[in-house]
Amino acid sequence: MSSPIRTLVVHCQDWPLTAARLQPDVPAIEVAQHQVSTANPAARAEGISRGTRLRSAQQRCPDIVVIGVDPVRDARAFEPVLTALGLLTPALEVVRPGVCSFASRGASRYHGGDQRLAELTLSATVEALRVAGLPTDQVGIGIADGPFTAEFAACSTELLHPPLRIVPPGGSPAFLVPVDTSVLDRPELVDLLRRLGIHTLGAFAELPAPQVLDRFGIDGAIAHRLARGMDGRPLLLCRPDTDLAVQIELDPPAERVDIAAFSARTLAERFHDQLAARALVCTRVAIEAETQTGEQLVRLWRHDGALDAAAIAERMRWQLDGWLNGTDDRPTGGVRVLRLVPDQVCLDEGVQESLWTGSGERSADTRDADDRAARALARVQGLLGPEAVRTAVRGGGRSPLDRITWIRWGDPREPRASAEQPWPGQLCAPSPATVFPRPRPVRVTDAGLAPIGVTGRYLVTATPALLTIGSNTPEVIEGWAGPWPVEERWWDTENSRRRARFQVLTVGGSAWLLSVENGQWWAEARYD
Amino acid sequence: MVAVPDPLRGLFPGGGIRPGSLVAVTGSTSLLLALLSTASADGAWCGAVGFSSLGALAAAELGIGLERFAVIDDPGSQWTTVTAALFDGMDLVALRPPARARPVDLRTLARRARSRAVALLVAGNAEGADVRLHAERTRWEGLGAGHGRLRRGSVEVRSTGRGSASRPRTASLPVGPAPTTSPTTVHFGRAS
Repeated sequence: MSSPIRTLVVHCQDWPLTAARLQPDVPAIEVAQHQVSTANPAARAEGISRGTRLRSAQQRCPDIVVIGVDPVRDARAFEPVLTALGLLTPALEVVRPGVCSFASRGASRYHGGDQRLAELTLSATVEALRVAGLPTDQVGIGIADGPFTAEFAACSTELLHPPLRIVPPGGSPAFLVPVDTSVLDRPELVDLLRRLGIHTLGAFAELPAPQVLDRFGIDGAIAHRLARGMDGRPLLLCRPDTDLAVQIELDPPAERVDIAAFSARTLAERFHDQLAARALVCTRVAIEAETQTGEQLVRLWRHDGALDAAAIAERMRWQLDGWLNGTDDRPTGGVRVLRLVPDQVCLDEGVQESLWTGSGERSADTRDADDRAARALARVQGLLGPEAVRTAVRGGGRSPLDRITWIRWGDPREPRASAEQPWPGQLCAPSPATVFPRPRPVRVTDAGLAPIGVTGRYLVTATPALLTIGSNTPEVIEGWAGPWPVEERWWDTENSRRRARFQVLTVGGSAWLLSVENGQWWAEARYD
Repeated sequence: MVAVPDPLRGLFPGGGIRPGSLVAVTGSTSLLLALLSTASADGAWCGAVGFSSLGALAAAELGIGLERFAVIDDPGSQWTTVTAALFDGMDLVALRPPARARPVDLRTLARRARSRAVALLVAGNAEGADVRLHAERTRWEGLGAGHGRLRRGSVEVRSTGRGSASRPRTASLPVGPAPTTSPTTVHFGRAS
């Protein structure tokens, strides 16, 4: 059994909030699905922590700043730190935006010891953050045997000046003894251990390993090894004989992130399939991008068998975004080659949990169905282009057209406007089954075919009697309701709109959603 | 058997859509969306090809899970290839063929749908359909003369078809939120 690699971890506390350029002394939270996912020290002082519901947080602190999850923003802001640290060591590995690590033994020998290396890393990180205009007092450095222990060491430096913690070689098991089990980040296992009376990693480490494997399964066995200060998975000592790297050439070279990111998905699937076919899993994956002018960007990402094809494609997207849209060091040509290279492969023991993608538990059947569906839709995108396949997301707005945001399949499901905001004048259910992407001009007239309007005080000038659509014969209106005023952006003299909506039912049984603006009538939708 | 909303069960021999069968739907988009809704709410993946003005909010209100619903509004000349590609991943596919679609293309697609056990719903008249549903009329209630709003609709559906579905049947599909049985009352002052 190999001993764990001595690792240095750089941990930037509450990185999403730092990336959004919020000061740590103003309470702020990052929210995902109505729950707090990150809270800065000022918010934590108010009693708000990870997992608190958004509403409770806002009750406790009405002035709290709320931001949404945006991995692209986080990755892009982290780029300068990665570039600066890349000068200290060649094998820098990104765990997630805000946290990176590297094997420290060689660098430590070169720079004259762990303490010196930690100080150099700290000053490089702080300087990079300062140049980027980001707050610099949230950084922690930890050096220990194994990335898990080192990351915990880096997190636990909040009250230290300077924020460094070096666990001596061989001292990981002793260091981890008093630590609470929640650090393992496996909620079900931690809950089970608590009910058995095991609250610390030390108590967990004392359980005999074969019984842990028996009782808690393979994932529990991995957690047990971490608690004892060892590597989660034993590494394969021999290199596999076939080359497992996959690459794709983009022709023409891609200048925009979304074009390159689209190919990233197919590449990630090939990568995944190749590893799975050999029952291998890699600890790290190197994402390499090369431009037509020969510039290369290589970044190592922590994998641990926990990333599926979609997660790898996502990280490729963040990396390309940070590179192509960053402020300095931008490449001069388009991206020509994308490559994925697995690093430190080991045998797959059958644990496929998505620790970092944040998705909930899904059964194997639904995962299969979702994968098949995603592949079929990707094929159609390959035939017609990525814009051709769309899906709808519900969001905020007043009309049936506004309340739906159509996004390209594969893009993040975010509505144009938040449904949480108040939207006075919203139409009630039932919503129309046919919504015209562009409203069609119609004519609404009284019985004598004279046009009808709506006054400034939202009163109809005459009873609507006939509805004429296109060149069809006028239909008799059996029922109608309105005008329902819709005033948008009344404070903005250039962009304000004043419209009135009507629902109209004709004798033939067709029901329409109409609107009138400046005397012109439009059919927005049909209730069919 | 693919589940359909309860009011429509009587229209199908077997109480639901047989996987791989071809259903032709005319006269109402709500009817088409309702046929997708029960299966989608149970977790099925649905695709729609050739629909450029689908009301996704209405789809969501009928129970369709928007995160498992993909729409391809204009496949152009590749509509047969695109629909066939969807059969590999979707459980139900709704198709509006272009105006000049050849019957042989629809037959080929129907055969492929049968071999993949995917329910194919065609908006329009498709020859050789196993079940044909026609919305004869939709009654809407709630609109008066200058007051009220559309509250509920009722789609009168008539079904015919081949084999055991050849006997004409009718059903009425409600659209819109269910009416509350008692009027809401507002209490002022202390609650008793």
